[in-house]
Amino acid sequence: MVERVTTLMSQPEHIRNIGIVAHIDHGKTTLSDNLLAGAGMISEEIAGKACWMDSDEEEQARGITIDASNVSMVHTYGGKEYLINMIDTPGHVDFGGDVTRAMRAVDGAVVVVDAVEGTMPQTETVLRQALKEGVRPVLFINKVDRLINELKVDDQELMIRLGKVIDKVNKLIKGMNEDAYKSGWKLDAAAGTVAFGSALYNWAVSIPYMKTSGVSFKEVNEKCQAGQMKELAKSSPLTDVLLDMVVRHLPNPLEAQKRRIPIIWQHGDPTTAEGKSMLTCDPNGPACMMVTDISFDPHAGEVATGRLFSGTIRRGSELYVMGTAKKANRLSQVGIFMGAERIEVESLNAGNIAAVTGLKDAIVGSTVTSLQEMQTFESLKHYSEPVMTVAVEARNMKDLPKLVEVLRQVGKEDPTVAVTINEETGENLISGMGELHLEIITHRIGRDKGVEIKTSPPIVVYRETITTTAGPVEGKSPNRHNRFYIELEPLPPEVVKMIKDGEISMDLPEIERREKLIAAGFEKDEAKNLTAIQTTNMFFDMTKGIQYLNETMELVLDGWREALAGGPLADEQVQNTKIRLIDVKLHEDAIHRGPAQVIPAVRSAVKAGLLLAGDSLLEPMQNIQITVPQDHMGAATSQIQGRRGQVYDMQSEGDTITVIGKAPVAELFGFAGDVRSATEGRAMWSTEFAGFETVPQGLLKEIVQAIRKRKGLKEQIPVPADYLA
Amino acid sequence: MLSFIGLGLFDGEDISLKGLKKIQAADHVFLEGYTSRLMGIKICEMENLYGKTVTVLGREDVEQHPDTILEYARDSNVAFLTGGDPMVSTTHADLRIRAAERSIPTEIVHGSSISSAVCGLSGLQNYRFGKSCSVPFPSKGWFPTAPLETILTNQSLNLHTLVYLDIQQERYMTVPQAIELIEEMAEKEHKDAPRIFVGIARAGSDTPHVAAGDAETLKEHDFGDPLHVLVIPAHLHPIEEEYLTTFAGL
Repeated sequence: MVERVTTLMSQPEHIRNIGIVAHIDHGKTTLSDNLLAGAGMISEEIAGKACWMDSDEEEQARGITIDASNVSMVHTYGGKEYLINMIDTPGHVDFGGDVTRAMRAVDGAVVVVDAVEGTMPQTETVLRQALKEGVRPVLFINKVDRLINELKVDDQELMIRLGKVIDKVNKLIKGMNEDAYKSGWKLDAAAGTVAFGSALYNWAVSIPYMKTSGVSFKEVNEKCQAGQMKELAKSSPLTDVLLDMVVRHLPNPLEAQKRRIPIIWQHGDPTTAEGKSMLTCDPNGPACMMVTDISFDPHAGEVATGRLFSGTIRRGSELYVMGTAKKANRLSQVGIFMGAERIEVESLNAGNIAAVTGLKDAIVGSTVTSLQEMQTFESLKHYSEPVMTVAVEARNMKDLPKLVEVLRQVGKEDPTVAVTINEETGENLISGMGELHLEIITHRIGRDKGVEIKTSPPIVVYRETITTTAGPVEGKSPNRHNRFYIELEPLPPEVVKMIKDGEISMDLPEIERREKLIAAGFEKDEAKNLTAIQTTNMFFDMTKGIQYLNETMELVLDGWREALAGGPLADEQVQNTKIRLIDVKLHEDAIHRGPAQVIPAVRSAVKAGLLLAGDSLLEPMQNIQITVPQDHMGAATSQIQGRRGQVYDMQSEGDTITVIGKAPVAELFGFAGDVRSATEGRAMWSTEFAGFETVPQGLLKEIVQAIRKRKGLKEQIPVPADYLA
Repeated sequence: MLSFIGLGLFDGEDISLKGLKKIQAADHVFLEGYTSRLMGIKICEMENLYGKTVTVLGREDVEQHPDTILEYARDSNVAFLTGGDPMVSTTHADLRIRAAERSIPTEIVHGSSISSAVCGLSGLQNYRFGKSCSVPFPSKGWFPTAPLETILTNQSLNLHTLVYLDIQQERYMTVPQAIELIEEMAEKEHKDAPRIFVGIARAGSDTPHVAAGDAETLKEHDFGDPLHVLVIPAHLHPIEEEYLTTFAGL
């Protein structure tokens, strides 16, 4: 098997890089496992039960996928062999970051939708992520047997129901990217871009495949009802139908890169050597790779996985990680992933998903190349932000240094996790996407990394932002010989969005960035003077010709960043601010304007300025969607409303009703259990990050005081004068 | 009354008689311990010499919490001791302003300063010194090249440059370290590093040491214990050259 894989690796037209994406529990992992079994990679008996793709014990115990995992397999279509590199991604909303990264590595996606439940919020999210990355979707409607056996639909009803699912997905695609939709990405059962079946029972049908197999929908219906799905699995096997669809309709790297490079490398110049080479997936060009995952192997150490868009890499290749000190990283191993195992190969060329060791400087999202310098790929955009934090302590004091090391690894492995290490106070925090996410991460630290830890109950992550303008505010250094004058104002929401979407970033070439800013409504001289962006905060140096400021600027930015890391109100991260440095007075001698002087001066100016500009507290919100039988509607709405939430839509379909609303994360602890008991276990529900909103005035003081108390801050909320002495 | 008293260069005997009397008459004695350091005397020896308790102040005590000192100075006589001359290469001007704002009378008792001592030790004429500067230990994200600029500007005007070397807690920059840093600055700025240096160690002590020469020679040269200071000379006047040849091995 490995030999066949390695032979195909050098023939891009015979490669398909695909991801399997879906809402949670719609059957991705069962599908992946059975595809593997069908391709002869694991025994058919254990497929579906073994969750082979879920290599983590935690995944197997919980029956969900936590990490995106990679596997390669070989499929024969039309008498030719194809290499399918497949990534199974998590569907639970807490692990959305994995999906974003996986979509960068692949060219096509199999979107799995449950025939009974239809499209769900996460279906929409993953589809959006795929389209944003220029990844082409095909559809697999799963659990068709349930539709037939549990809902007892007849032939006609079956067709109508399936048609509805396709229409719904098409509507989503059209809404998200009309051009792609019109250019042939519209899903069409007759054309073969949709398949139907049961991943669990290992069968599927598609209209083109029906022509060879002779299996019709009528037969499907009969066999399902008669409990003869084993026969269907023989006459119309899942693997053949699905992988035929993948090979036939999803693009190979040659076609895909031509279209995707201009999207994922928007700011690169297509006429450069690397540009030309990536567009043509040239194995002889410079090596260009984007790292989409980092994992730790107890033997080999850090394993970086990513898509190689151009060139060839082998053991000993020297690559540079953009955005770090230009030191060559030497690859010690080059391989591919086959489930949990990594297989070493001689060399690997453009168009494949590589797993390498030796890239010491890389983090998830790094652009890695054999060139000394290259425009970076578009940064990975995450649609969710960490909303909950736990404090982590080593159970044994002697493990403390190891814990710090492990936490750094965790932060490197999962970019949706924010790790804060404070070596002075020994307080270490992990922030993640939700209760489940944090539970898994902390559990793994104990299990895989061998550090026993104690964790605090999860705490909600808040943010601070300003509501009005302030300034000039004068910040003085401790020796009072250095002065910094700043002005503050809220950053307009459209600009915040542009930063989040990566449309404005410091990675852009300067001229292009300037043009973007002007188009976004900034004055010309501001556009020219943007110095730094930190999360969704901008810093402009509006001063002119101040001697020594240049060599002091990094310290100024350090002070600014320190203030943003914890605002004056509750020491929570500051967001959406625009700060202009308008004047500076510096001491003549370098010693007297060093870090100990400049950093505190700027930090206190920013903190005082935030207070003067109406610093306020924001809390994370979550969209909630609960589907229940009609008679449980009351219970479902009160679950949202009773949590300071609001219900803004209800959609009934047949005898069920879907209640749609929004509530603060702070009120959602224990939500899962409460919904279950309130609806006698009849509810299907999902949540999704919905951004930060202002804490209601009536609760503000109480919440701020509670945070300050927890963090051991003075109970008294500071006033500007506290920082300006 | 707040008296700024310079302790001079090296040990307990470098203070002026006037300064010593003021300390002995003071109610409270503070020693500023971060801009310079007297290497030839310990705190306990000072206390014996003055017959007073000496409180050592860190940067934070002086810069962030000057109120403690000022409160004492309002009602009693406070001696604020510094190495060298109190207002040379320090930021204490601010403290004197703060005292004046509180209507606290102040005075300065001068001490011998490295800025004049270098003239004696090196023979370089004080008329010919341009702007002075400090070479700090670099830290994360901070490697100022301003010292090189100052040196080069002075050279272009045919002026000498006195370069103070950083002190951080128990870390004292040496002449060879400073030369390395200046060369790094030159590399970073794509400019030529100065060729000739004059290194001076332990000014004011019984064993001062002066050595002049090119970078290669001085980087290998053992200057001994701190404190060190560096001069980058301009074109030498014949007498200056003769002096350096005689006393500094040029």
